[in-house]
Amino acid sequence: MSDVPHSTSATGEAGFGDYVALLKPRVMSLVVFTAFVGLWVAPVPMNPFLAFCAVLFIALGGGASGALNMWYERDIDALMRRTRNRPLPAGLIEPDAALGIGLGLGGFAVMLLGLAANWFAAGFLAFTIFFYAVVYTMWLKRSTPQNIVIGGAAGAFPPMIGWACATGGLGVEPLLMFALTFFWTPPHFWALALFVKDDYSNAGVPMLTVTHGRPAARRQIFAYTLLLVPVALGLGLTSIGGPVYMTVAIVMNALFLRGGWQILRRTDAESEADRHAAERGFFKLSLYYLFAHFLALLVQSGFGGW
Amino acid sequence: MAPRVEHDLHRRRRSRNLGLLVVLLALVALIIGMTMVRVSQGNMMKGFDHRMGDLPPPVVQEGQR
Repeated sequence: MSDVPHSTSATGEAGFGDYVALLKPRVMSLVVFTAFVGLWVAPVPMNPFLAFCAVLFIALGGGASGALNMWYERDIDALMRRTRNRPLPAGLIEPDAALGIGLGLGGFAVMLLGLAANWFAAGFLAFTIFFYAVVYTMWLKRSTPQNIVIGGAAGAFPPMIGWACATGGLGVEPLLMFALTFFWTPPHFWALALFVKDDYSNAGVPMLTVTHGRPAARRQIFAYTLLLVPVALGLGLTSIGGPVYMTVAIVMNALFLRGGWQILRRTDAESEADRHAAERGFFKLSLYYLFAHFLALLVQSGFGGW
Repeated sequence: MAPRVEHDLHRRRRSRNLGLLVVLLALVALIIGMTMVRVSQGNMMKGFDHRMGDLPPPVVQEGQR
């Protein structure tokens, strides 16, 4: 990895907000929500204060992963328009400081989660940080166009960790919550890649739309929307499912399948002609899709299951 | 007394220091809170040697069976 020249900072002095940005707060919000749902719907009740602490420490673990990711990717972040203003390429935070924050915060989050919940959940959080920072960021992101699929696993672990905080173990329900987020991630990002002209190829990151072409990405998006149907409906048949969740799952999966089918049937010329309307619509729907499923699980827990 | 010039650098440094203060205070509050909850739950705590683990079975006298 090459060192990045410090260039654009007015002062070279980071404010508190720059350190917050280092933790990728938008990714943390997804982590907080899905981890909370995983913890809430688990069959074993948890003290509310300890549950709050547990979700907070899972979020901090996610933040630590973000800091380690930004530390390692500072060379390619400096090459892409979307990321060149991040604190490291902008020269506001030194790489060593980002590495220290990532490692320190990660260790800290794991230890405190062990004390707030249990050591199984803490070990799982440690594995998740390792998976995102090492397996995804350092190893696979720059070597395979399936990077989004593999990286999706790291984003899909939080509901399992939340469940593990409450129960001290795992079951079919958290596995299906994991699978829902895991299979949702590729169509979500590849739909974005179809209408956002990002400069990944300049940065040497193999994206499916570039390495295998856009028609291949369209086929893969539809394949994943198909895979999501049994996962989402299967979750509705478990102990945390019920009529409310199942109704939401049927409606959202029907819409998602229709969107995936439209993307599959379109050519790039048609897509360019209407400024990627279907792709943009599908991406927006994908945001609602995941949120609706986890919110439905939360609501369903208030009504009880089948 | 020399005039004090407020620079963007000072503002950023102050925001960082204040932020760190808030984070550290929140951390202290969290750890105190977690300790209080854990102690009030009292799970897995043996009274006689203050070590984690299951309580020993009650001693039953011969005549109490």
